[in-house]
Amino acid sequence: MELVTPNFGLIFWQLVTFLIVLFLLTKFAWKPIMSALRERETSIENALSAAEKAKLEMQGLKAENEKLLAEARMERDKILKEASDAGNALVENARNKANEEGSRLIAQAREAIENEKLAALTEVKNMAAALSVDIAERILRKELSDPQAQQALAQDYIREVTLN
Amino acid sequence: MKKLFILLFSFLTITAQAASSEGGEFKPGDMITHHIADDYTWHFADGAVLYLPVILIDNGKPVVFSSSNFYNEHHELVPYNGYVMEHGHIYRANAAGEPSEDKAGLMDFSITKNVASMFISVALLFFVFFSIAGSYKKNAGKAPRGMQSFFEPIIIFIRDEIAKANIGPKYERYMPYLLTIFFFIWFNNLLGLMPGGANLTGNIAVTLVLATLTLLITVFSGNKSYWGHIFATPGVPKWLAPIMIPVELIGIFTKPFSLMVRLFANITAGHIIILSLFSLIFIFESIAVGPLSVAFATFMNFLELFVALLQAYIFTLLSAMYFGGAVEEHDHVDDMGHGDGGH
Repeated sequence: MELVTPNFGLIFWQLVTFLIVLFLLTKFAWKPIMSALRERETSIENALSAAEKAKLEMQGLKAENEKLLAEARMERDKILKEASDAGNALVENARNKANEEGSRLIAQAREAIENEKLAALTEVKNMAAALSVDIAERILRKELSDPQAQQALAQDYIREVTLN
Repeated sequence: MKKLFILLFSFLTITAQAASSEGGEFKPGDMITHHIADDYTWHFADGAVLYLPVILIDNGKPVVFSSSNFYNEHHELVPYNGYVMEHGHIYRANAAGEPSEDKAGLMDFSITKNVASMFISVALLFFVFFSIAGSYKKNAGKAPRGMQSFFEPIIIFIRDEIAKANIGPKYERYMPYLLTIFFFIWFNNLLGLMPGGANLTGNIAVTLVLATLTLLITVFSGNKSYWGHIFATPGVPKWLAPIMIPVELIGIFTKPFSLMVRLFANITAGHIIILSLFSLIFIFESIAVGPLSVAFATFMNFLELFVALLQAYIFTLLSAMYFGGAVEEHDHVDDMGHGDGGH
Protein backbone atom coordinates (compact mmCIF):
# COMPACT_ATOMS: atom_id res chain seq x y z
CA MET A 1 0.00 0.00 0.00
CA GLU A 2 2.91 2.25 0.82
CA LEU A 3 4.15 1.75 -2.73
CA VAL A 4 1.00 2.99 -4.41
CA THR A 5 0.32 5.92 -2.10
CA PRO A 6 1.59 9.08 -3.74
CA ASN A 7 3.66 11.21 -1.41
CA PHE A 8 2.50 14.81 -1.33
CA GLY A 9 5.98 16.29 -1.06
CA LEU A 10 7.23 14.38 -4.05
CA ILE A 11 4.17 15.40 -6.09
CA PHE A 12 4.94 19.00 -5.25
CA TRP A 13 8.62 18.80 -6.19
CA GLN A 14 7.91 16.76 -9.27
CA LEU A 15 5.27 19.22 -10.51
CA VAL A 16 7.38 22.30 -9.84
CA THR A 17 10.56 20.80 -11.27
CA PHE A 18 8.86 19.34 -14.29
CA LEU A 19 7.13 22.60 -15.15
CA ILE A 20 10.41 24.49 -14.81
CA VAL A 21 12.16 21.89 -16.95
CA LEU A 22 9.38 22.06 -19.51
CA PHE A 23 9.56 25.83 -19.63
CA LEU A 24 13.33 26.14 -19.79
CA LEU A 25 13.86 23.31 -22.24
CA THR A 26 11.09 24.65 -24.47
CA LYS A 27 12.57 28.12 -24.47
CA PHE A 28 16.26 27.30 -24.71
CA ALA A 29 16.42 23.85 -26.26
CA TRP A 30 13.36 22.59 -28.13
CA LYS A 31 12.49 25.81 -29.96
CA PRO A 32 16.01 26.45 -31.30
CA ILE A 33 16.53 22.76 -32.07
CA MET A 34 13.20 22.37 -33.86
CA SER A 35 13.64 25.54 -35.86
CA ALA A 36 17.21 24.58 -36.77
CA LEU A 37 16.00 21.17 -37.90
CA ARG A 38 13.21 22.73 -39.90
CA GLU A 39 15.55 25.22 -41.50
CA ARG A 40 18.02 22.55 -42.41
CA GLU A 41 15.26 20.36 -43.82
CA THR A 42 13.83 23.15 -45.94
CA SER A 43 17.28 24.06 -47.20
CA ILE A 44 17.97 20.44 -48.10
CA GLU A 45 14.58 20.18 -49.73
CA ASN A 46 15.21 23.37 -51.69
CA ALA A 47 18.61 22.14 -52.77
CA LEU A 48 17.12 18.84 -53.87
CA SER A 49 14.30 20.45 -55.80
CA ALA A 50 16.78 22.88 -57.38
CA ALA A 51 18.95 19.94 -58.41
CA GLU A 52 15.89 18.22 -59.81
CA LYS A 53 14.96 21.34 -61.72
CA ALA A 54 18.49 21.69 -63.03
CA LYS A 55 18.39 18.06 -64.11
CA LEU A 56 15.13 18.63 -65.94
CA GLU A 57 16.57 21.74 -67.53
CA MET A 58 19.64 19.83 -68.58
CA GLN A 59 17.44 17.16 -70.06
CA GLY A 60 15.47 19.82 -71.89
CA LEU A 61 18.65 21.38 -73.18
CA LYS A 62 19.97 18.02 -74.25
CA ALA A 63 16.76 17.22 -76.06
CA GLU A 64 16.87 20.61 -77.74
CA ASN A 65 20.48 20.11 -78.70
CA GLU A 66 19.65 16.76 -80.14
CA LYS A 67 16.77 18.27 -82.04
CA LEU A 68 19.03 21.00 -83.36
CA LEU A 69 21.64 18.46 -84.28
CA ALA A 70 19.07 16.33 -86.08
CA GLU A 71 17.79 19.42 -87.88
CA ALA A 72 21.30 20.41 -88.85
CA ARG A 73 21.96 16.92 -90.09
CA MET A 74 18.80 16.99 -92.13
CA GLU A 75 19.69 20.39 -93.49
CA ARG A 76 23.11 19.16 -94.43
CA ASP A 77 21.66 16.13 -96.18
CA LYS A 78 19.23 18.35 -98.00
CA ILE A 79 21.97 20.73 -99.07
CA LEU A 80 24.18 17.90 -100.18
CA LYS A 81 21.35 16.37 -102.10
CA GLU A 82 20.49 19.69 -103.69
CA ALA A 83 24.10 20.30 -104.58
CA SER A 84 24.51 16.90 -106.10
CA ASP A 85 21.22 17.35 -107.99
CA ALA A 86 22.37 20.71 -109.23
CA GLY A 87 25.73 19.28 -110.24
CA ASN A 88 24.07 16.42 -112.03
CA ALA A 89 21.71 18.78 -113.75
CA LEU A 90 24.60 20.99 -114.76
CA VAL A 91 26.58 18.09 -116.16
CA GLU A 92 23.49 16.79 -117.94
CA ASN A 93 22.80 20.21 -119.29
CA ALA A 94 26.36 20.66 -120.45
CA ARG A 95 26.34 17.26 -122.04
CA ASN A 96 23.10 17.99 -123.82
CA LYS A 97 24.37 21.29 -124.95
CA ALA A 98 27.62 19.77 -126.15
CA ASN A 99 25.72 17.07 -127.93
CA GLU A 100 23.49 19.61 -129.56
CA GLU A 101 26.42 21.80 -130.47
CA GLY A 102 28.23 18.85 -131.89
CA SER A 103 25.25 17.78 -133.89
CA ARG A 104 24.80 21.30 -135.09
CA LEU A 105 28.45 21.57 -136.05
CA ILE A 106 28.37 18.26 -137.84
CA ALA A 107 25.25 19.32 -139.68
CA GLN A 108 26.84 22.58 -140.61
CA ALA A 109 30.00 20.88 -141.71
CA ARG A 110 28.00 18.43 -143.76
CA GLU A 111 26.14 21.25 -145.39
CA ALA A 112 29.36 23.14 -146.07
CA ILE A 113 30.92 19.99 -147.50
CA GLU A 114 27.86 19.50 -149.69
CA ASN A 115 28.08 23.08 -150.87
CA GLU A 116 31.78 22.82 -151.47
CA LYS A 117 31.23 19.59 -153.30
CA LEU A 118 28.55 21.14 -155.44
CA ALA A 119 30.73 24.18 -156.13
CA ALA A 120 33.68 21.96 -156.95
CA LEU A 121 31.57 19.80 -159.23
CA THR A 122 30.21 22.86 -160.96
CA GLU A 123 33.69 24.19 -161.41
CA VAL A 124 34.91 20.83 -162.64
CA LYS A 125 31.97 20.72 -165.05
CA ASN A 126 32.61 24.25 -166.20
CA MET A 127 36.32 23.57 -166.55
CA ALA A 128 35.57 20.31 -168.34
CA ALA A 129 33.21 22.19 -170.63
CA ALA A 130 35.73 24.90 -171.29
CA LEU A 131 38.47 22.33 -171.77
CA SER A 132 36.21 20.34 -174.08
CA VAL A 133 35.34 23.42 -176.02
CA ASP A 134 38.99 24.36 -176.16
CA ILE A 135 40.05 20.86 -177.19
CA ALA A 136 37.23 20.70 -179.62
CA GLU A 137 38.18 24.03 -181.11
CA ARG A 138 41.82 22.93 -181.52
CA ILE A 139 40.80 19.60 -182.95
CA LEU A 140 38.31 21.27 -185.17
CA ARG A 141 40.83 23.76 -186.36
CA LYS A 142 43.12 20.98 -187.29
CA GLU A 143 40.58 18.41 -188.50
CA LEU A 144 38.26 20.70 -190.33
CA SER A 145 40.71 21.69 -192.84
CA ASP A 146 38.98 19.35 -195.20
CA PRO A 147 35.20 19.31 -195.79
CA GLN A 148 34.88 15.50 -195.40
CA ALA A 149 36.19 15.49 -191.97
CA GLN A 150 33.80 18.31 -191.05
CA GLN A 151 30.95 16.26 -192.33
CA ALA A 152 31.94 13.25 -190.24
CA LEU A 153 32.25 15.34 -187.15
CA ALA A 154 28.91 16.88 -187.55
CA GLN A 155 27.51 13.40 -187.88
CA ASP A 156 29.20 12.36 -184.70
CA TYR A 157 27.73 15.25 -182.77
CA ILE A 158 24.34 14.52 -183.91
CA ARG A 159 24.70 10.95 -182.75
CA GLU A 160 26.03 12.00 -179.46
CA VAL A 161 23.20 14.46 -178.91
CA THR A 162 20.63 11.78 -179.38
CA LEU A 163 22.47 9.56 -176.99
CA ASN A 164 22.42 12.18 -174.36
CA MET B 1 26.41 -27.87 -19.07
CA LYS B 2 23.32 -29.70 -17.91
CA LYS B 3 25.33 -31.56 -15.30
CA LEU B 4 26.73 -28.32 -14.06
CA PHE B 5 23.27 -26.95 -13.51
CA ILE B 6 22.12 -30.06 -11.67
CA LEU B 7 25.17 -29.82 -9.47
CA LEU B 8 24.54 -26.17 -8.87
CA PHE B 9 20.89 -26.67 -7.99
CA SER B 10 21.56 -29.57 -5.63
CA PHE B 11 24.12 -27.38 -3.91
CA LEU B 12 21.55 -24.62 -3.73
CA THR B 13 18.93 -26.77 -2.03
CA ILE B 14 21.40 -28.00 0.55
CA THR B 15 22.59 -24.55 1.47
CA ALA B 16 19.06 -23.22 1.43
CA GLN B 17 18.06 -25.77 4.00
CA ALA B 18 21.10 -24.88 6.04
CA ALA B 19 20.22 -21.21 5.89
CA SER B 20 16.59 -21.69 6.94
CA SER B 21 17.61 -23.89 9.85
CA GLU B 22 19.80 -21.05 11.11
CA GLY B 23 16.81 -18.69 11.03
CA GLY B 24 18.19 -16.03 8.65
CA GLU B 25 17.93 -12.41 9.62
CA PHE B 26 17.85 -11.25 6.01
CA LYS B 27 14.38 -10.19 4.93
CA PRO B 28 14.38 -9.69 1.14
CA GLY B 29 10.92 -8.10 1.22
CA ASP B 30 12.05 -5.35 3.55
CA MET B 31 15.29 -4.84 1.65
CA ILE B 32 13.50 -4.52 -1.69
CA THR B 33 10.78 -2.25 -0.33
CA HIS B 34 13.44 -0.07 1.21
CA HIS B 35 15.32 0.15 -2.09
CA ILE B 36 12.40 1.03 -4.28
CA ALA B 37 10.74 3.39 -1.80
CA ASP B 38 11.64 7.01 -1.25
CA ASP B 39 14.02 7.91 1.59
CA TYR B 40 15.32 10.87 3.56
CA THR B 41 18.89 9.67 3.14
CA TRP B 42 20.77 8.55 0.06
CA HIS B 43 22.37 5.29 0.88
CA PHE B 44 25.09 4.56 -1.73
CA ALA B 45 26.87 1.89 0.33
CA ASP B 46 27.48 1.13 3.96
CA GLY B 47 29.26 4.15 5.35
CA ALA B 48 28.59 6.24 2.24
CA VAL B 49 25.33 7.88 3.20
CA LEU B 50 24.17 11.28 2.08
CA TYR B 51 21.81 12.88 4.62
CA LEU B 52 19.31 14.95 2.69
CA PRO B 53 17.55 18.03 4.04
CA VAL B 54 14.18 17.66 5.72
CA ILE B 55 11.76 20.48 4.94
CA LEU B 56 8.54 20.54 6.90
CA ILE B 57 5.70 23.04 6.91
CA ASP B 58 4.26 22.82 10.40
CA ASN B 59 1.05 24.86 10.56
CA GLY B 60 2.43 27.27 7.99
CA LYS B 61 5.82 27.55 9.69
CA PRO B 62 8.78 26.13 7.71
CA VAL B 63 11.15 23.81 9.55
CA VAL B 64 14.40 22.82 7.85
CA PHE B 65 17.06 20.48 9.23
CA SER B 66 19.31 17.65 8.07
CA SER B 67 17.93 14.14 8.18
CA SER B 68 21.16 13.09 9.93
CA ASN B 69 19.56 14.46 13.11
CA PHE B 70 17.22 11.47 13.15
CA TYR B 71 20.13 9.08 13.60
CA ASN B 72 22.39 8.67 16.59
CA GLU B 73 25.98 7.44 16.39
CA HIS B 74 24.79 3.81 16.37
CA HIS B 75 22.67 4.53 13.36
CA GLU B 76 19.50 4.15 15.35
CA LEU B 77 16.45 6.32 14.82
CA VAL B 78 15.93 9.01 17.43
CA PRO B 79 13.37 11.82 17.75
CA TYR B 80 14.61 15.31 16.89
CA ASN B 81 13.14 18.75 17.47
CA GLY B 82 9.72 17.32 18.28
CA TYR B 83 9.60 15.15 15.16
CA VAL B 84 10.19 11.49 14.71
CA MET B 85 10.80 9.35 11.63
CA GLU B 86 9.21 5.97 11.29
CA HIS B 87 8.93 3.71 8.21
CA GLY B 88 10.08 6.47 5.93
CA HIS B 89 7.63 9.07 7.20
CA ILE B 90 8.01 12.01 9.54
CA TYR B 91 5.51 12.48 12.36
CA ARG B 92 5.17 14.81 15.28
CA ALA B 93 6.68 13.13 18.32
CA ASN B 94 4.62 12.70 21.47
CA ALA B 95 6.02 12.87 24.98
CA ALA B 96 7.39 9.33 24.78
CA GLY B 97 9.21 10.03 21.51
CA GLU B 98 6.68 7.92 19.61
CA PRO B 99 4.90 9.09 16.45
CA SER B 100 1.73 10.91 17.48
CA GLU B 101 -1.64 10.62 15.83
CA ASP B 102 -1.83 14.35 15.36
CA LYS B 103 -0.93 14.92 11.71
CA ALA B 104 -3.03 18.01 11.00
CA GLY B 105 -1.14 20.91 9.45
CA LEU B 106 2.12 19.01 9.03
CA MET B 107 3.30 18.96 5.42
CA ASP B 108 6.47 17.30 4.24
CA PHE B 109 8.41 19.00 1.43
CA SER B 110 11.69 17.27 2.15
CA ILE B 111 14.34 16.90 -0.51
CA THR B 112 14.15 13.14 -0.48
CA LYS B 113 16.30 10.72 -2.42
CA ASN B 114 13.85 10.85 -5.32
CA VAL B 115 13.77 14.63 -5.37
CA ALA B 116 17.57 14.80 -5.25
CA SER B 117 17.80 12.26 -8.02
CA MET B 118 15.33 14.28 -10.05
CA PHE B 119 17.45 17.40 -9.59
CA ILE B 120 20.45 15.49 -10.89
CA SER B 121 18.48 14.31 -13.91
CA VAL B 122 17.27 17.84 -14.51
CA ALA B 123 20.82 19.15 -14.39
CA LEU B 124 21.75 16.44 -16.86
CA LEU B 125 18.83 17.31 -19.13
CA PHE B 126 19.76 20.97 -19.08
CA PHE B 127 23.40 20.23 -19.75
CA VAL B 128 22.67 17.85 -22.63
CA PHE B 129 19.98 19.82 -24.39
CA PHE B 130 21.32 23.31 -23.86
CA SER B 131 24.66 22.21 -25.31
CA ILE B 132 22.85 20.54 -28.22
CA ALA B 133 20.85 23.71 -28.83
CA GLY B 134 24.18 25.56 -28.75
CA SER B 135 25.68 23.29 -31.37
CA TYR B 136 22.63 23.82 -33.58
CA LYS B 137 23.33 27.53 -33.41
CA LYS B 138 27.06 27.11 -33.90
CA ASN B 139 26.97 24.87 -36.95
CA ALA B 140 23.68 25.98 -38.37
CA GLY B 141 22.72 24.24 -41.58
CA LYS B 142 25.60 21.78 -41.26
CA ALA B 143 25.57 18.08 -40.44
CA PRO B 144 25.13 17.28 -36.73
CA ARG B 145 28.17 16.44 -34.63
CA GLY B 146 28.86 14.54 -31.43
CA MET B 147 26.02 14.50 -28.93
CA GLN B 148 23.89 16.38 -31.45
CA SER B 149 24.07 13.50 -33.91
CA PHE B 150 23.08 11.01 -31.21
CA PHE B 151 19.98 12.90 -30.11
CA GLU B 152 18.90 14.33 -33.43
CA PRO B 153 17.47 11.07 -34.82
CA ILE B 154 15.56 10.59 -31.56
CA ILE B 155 14.15 14.11 -31.71
CA ILE B 156 13.21 13.62 -35.36
CA PHE B 157 11.67 10.25 -34.54
CA ILE B 158 9.51 11.84 -31.85
CA ARG B 159 8.52 14.60 -34.24
CA ASP B 160 7.79 12.45 -37.28
CA GLU B 161 6.70 9.08 -35.92
CA ILE B 162 5.05 10.13 -32.68
CA ALA B 163 3.81 13.72 -33.01
CA LYS B 164 3.11 14.08 -36.73
CA ALA B 165 1.74 10.56 -37.10
CA ASN B 166 -0.65 10.78 -34.16
CA ILE B 167 -1.55 14.43 -33.72
CA GLY B 168 -1.64 15.58 -37.31
CA PRO B 169 -1.11 19.10 -38.61
CA LYS B 170 -1.30 20.73 -35.16
CA TYR B 171 1.58 18.66 -33.84
CA GLU B 172 3.97 21.55 -33.35
CA ARG B 173 2.16 22.90 -30.30
CA TYR B 174 2.73 19.63 -28.44
CA MET B 175 6.33 19.00 -29.43
CA PRO B 176 7.94 20.67 -26.38
CA TYR B 177 5.81 18.64 -23.97
CA LEU B 178 6.35 15.36 -25.82
CA LEU B 179 10.11 15.88 -26.07
CA THR B 180 10.32 16.85 -22.41
CA ILE B 181 8.38 13.86 -21.08
CA PHE B 182 10.24 11.49 -23.35
CA PHE B 183 13.69 12.61 -22.26
CA PHE B 184 12.64 13.19 -18.64
CA ILE B 185 11.30 9.65 -18.34
CA TRP B 186 14.15 8.09 -20.27
CA PHE B 187 16.90 9.87 -18.37
CA ASN B 188 15.30 9.09 -15.02
CA ASN B 189 14.69 5.47 -15.98
CA LEU B 190 18.39 5.14 -16.81
CA LEU B 191 19.50 6.97 -13.67
CA GLY B 192 17.31 4.59 -11.67
CA LEU B 193 19.24 1.66 -13.13
CA MET B 194 22.57 3.06 -11.95
CA PRO B 195 23.95 1.49 -8.79
CA GLY B 196 22.57 3.48 -5.89
CA GLY B 197 20.11 5.21 -8.18
CA ALA B 198 16.69 6.26 -6.98
CA ASN B 199 13.53 4.65 -8.26
CA LEU B 200 12.05 7.95 -9.43
CA THR B 201 9.98 6.91 -12.45
CA GLY B 202 8.87 3.86 -10.45
CA ASN B 203 7.29 6.17 -7.90
CA ILE B 204 3.56 6.63 -8.23
CA ALA B 205 3.72 10.32 -7.27
CA VAL B 206 5.97 11.05 -10.25
CA THR B 207 3.94 9.10 -12.76
CA LEU B 208 0.79 10.66 -11.28
CA VAL B 209 2.09 14.14 -12.04
CA LEU B 210 3.16 13.22 -15.56
CA ALA B 211 -0.16 11.50 -16.30
CA THR B 212 -2.10 14.42 -14.85
CA LEU B 213 -0.26 16.85 -17.09
CA THR B 214 -1.14 14.70 -20.10
CA LEU B 215 -4.76 14.64 -18.92
CA LEU B 216 -4.87 18.42 -18.48
CA ILE B 217 -3.33 19.09 -21.88
CA THR B 218 -5.74 16.64 -23.49
CA VAL B 219 -8.79 18.16 -21.83
CA PHE B 220 -7.80 21.74 -22.51
CA SER B 221 -6.93 21.13 -26.14
CA GLY B 222 -10.14 19.17 -26.76
CA ASN B 223 -12.06 20.69 -29.65
CA LYS B 224 -15.75 20.62 -30.48
CA SER B 225 -15.61 17.22 -32.07
CA TYR B 226 -13.73 15.76 -29.06
CA TRP B 227 -16.39 16.91 -26.61
CA GLY B 228 -19.07 16.03 -29.13
CA HIS B 229 -17.83 12.47 -29.05
CA ILE B 230 -18.07 12.40 -25.30
CA PHE B 231 -21.46 14.03 -24.76
CA ALA B 232 -23.18 12.98 -27.97
CA THR B 233 -21.29 10.09 -29.47
CA PRO B 234 -22.16 10.03 -33.17
CA GLY B 235 -24.01 6.98 -34.36
CA VAL B 236 -25.31 6.08 -30.90
CA PRO B 237 -29.07 6.39 -30.17
CA LYS B 238 -30.06 9.26 -27.87
CA TRP B 239 -31.58 7.01 -25.23
CA LEU B 240 -28.16 5.42 -24.64
CA ALA B 241 -26.74 8.77 -23.54
CA PRO B 242 -27.23 8.10 -19.78
CA ILE B 243 -24.88 5.14 -20.20
CA MET B 244 -22.56 6.55 -22.83
CA ILE B 245 -21.78 9.86 -21.15
CA PRO B 246 -20.54 8.36 -17.86
CA VAL B 247 -18.58 5.73 -19.78
CA GLU B 248 -16.94 8.38 -21.94
CA LEU B 249 -16.23 10.57 -18.91
CA ILE B 250 -14.62 7.66 -17.10
CA GLY B 251 -12.67 7.04 -20.29
CA ILE B 252 -11.11 10.50 -20.00
CA PHE B 253 -9.60 9.48 -16.69
CA THR B 254 -8.76 5.86 -17.37
CA LYS B 255 -6.38 6.83 -20.14
CA PRO B 256 -4.00 8.86 -17.97
CA PHE B 257 -4.56 6.41 -15.13
CA SER B 258 -3.23 3.65 -17.34
CA LEU B 259 -0.25 5.84 -18.21
CA MET B 260 0.44 6.38 -14.52
CA VAL B 261 0.20 2.71 -13.58
CA ARG B 262 2.06 1.42 -16.64
CA LEU B 263 5.18 3.48 -16.08
CA PHE B 264 5.15 2.99 -12.30
CA ALA B 265 4.61 -0.76 -12.51
CA ASN B 266 7.10 -1.43 -15.28
CA ILE B 267 9.95 0.42 -13.66
CA THR B 268 9.23 -0.79 -10.15
CA ALA B 269 8.87 -4.38 -11.36
CA GLY B 270 12.24 -4.18 -13.08
CA HIS B 271 13.87 -2.97 -9.88
CA ILE B 272 12.12 -5.67 -7.85
CA ILE B 273 13.26 -8.42 -10.20
CA ILE B 274 16.89 -7.34 -10.16
CA LEU B 275 16.87 -6.91 -6.39
CA SER B 276 15.19 -10.30 -5.97
CA LEU B 277 17.87 -11.97 -8.06
CA PHE B 278 20.53 -10.46 -5.84
CA SER B 279 18.55 -11.38 -2.74
CA LEU B 280 18.86 -15.02 -3.78
CA ILE B 281 22.54 -14.87 -2.91
CA PHE B 282 21.75 -13.73 0.61
CA ILE B 283 18.76 -16.03 1.03
CA PHE B 284 20.82 -19.07 0.14
CA GLU B 285 23.89 -17.64 1.87
CA SER B 286 25.96 -19.28 -0.81
CA ILE B 287 28.58 -17.85 -3.07
CA ALA B 288 27.67 -20.51 -5.64
CA VAL B 289 24.43 -18.69 -6.36
CA GLY B 290 26.44 -15.59 -7.09
CA PRO B 291 27.35 -16.31 -10.72
CA LEU B 292 23.82 -17.43 -11.49
CA SER B 293 22.27 -14.41 -9.85
CA VAL B 294 24.73 -12.09 -11.50
CA ALA B 295 24.10 -13.70 -14.86
CA PHE B 296 20.34 -13.31 -14.53
CA ALA B 297 20.64 -9.83 -13.07
CA THR B 298 22.93 -8.79 -15.92
CA PHE B 299 20.41 -10.09 -18.40
CA MET B 300 17.65 -8.26 -16.55
CA ASN B 301 19.70 -5.10 -16.53
CA PHE B 302 20.02 -5.21 -20.30
CA LEU B 303 16.31 -5.86 -20.51
CA GLU B 304 15.72 -2.90 -18.20
CA LEU B 305 17.86 -0.67 -20.40
CA PHE B 306 15.48 -1.55 -23.19
CA VAL B 307 12.42 -1.14 -20.96
CA ALA B 308 13.70 2.29 -19.90
CA LEU B 309 13.59 3.41 -23.51
CA LEU B 310 10.42 1.52 -24.34
CA GLN B 311 8.42 2.96 -21.44
CA ALA B 312 9.53 6.48 -22.27
CA TYR B 313 8.45 5.83 -25.85
CA ILE B 314 5.10 4.33 -24.85
CA PHE B 315 4.29 7.17 -22.46
CA THR B 316 5.13 9.72 -25.15
CA LEU B 317 3.32 7.82 -27.88
CA LEU B 318 0.13 7.38 -25.86
CA SER B 319 0.18 11.01 -24.77
CA ALA B 320 0.50 12.01 -28.41
CA MET B 321 -2.40 9.73 -29.31
CA TYR B 322 -4.60 11.30 -26.64
CA PHE B 323 -3.68 14.78 -27.87
CA GLY B 324 -4.36 13.63 -31.39
CA GLY B 325 -7.81 12.42 -30.36
CA ALA B 326 -8.49 15.77 -28.73
CA VAL B 327 -7.56 17.92 -31.72
CA GLU B 328 -8.70 15.63 -34.52
CA GLU B 329 -11.25 17.10 -36.90
CA HIS B 330 -14.11 14.78 -37.78
CA ASP B 331 -15.65 16.50 -40.72
CA HIS B 332 -18.16 14.18 -42.31
CA VAL B 333 -17.30 10.58 -41.75
CA ASP B 334 -16.80 9.14 -38.30
CA ASP B 335 -14.35 6.33 -38.81
CA MET B 336 -12.91 6.13 -35.28
CA GLY B 337 -9.53 6.52 -36.89
CA HIS B 338 -9.78 3.18 -38.71
CA GLY B 339 -11.22 4.31 -41.98
CA ASP B 340 -14.12 1.88 -41.63
CA GLY B 341 -16.86 4.16 -40.30
CA GLY B 342 -20.42 4.62 -41.48
CA HIS B 343 -21.85 7.75 -43.08
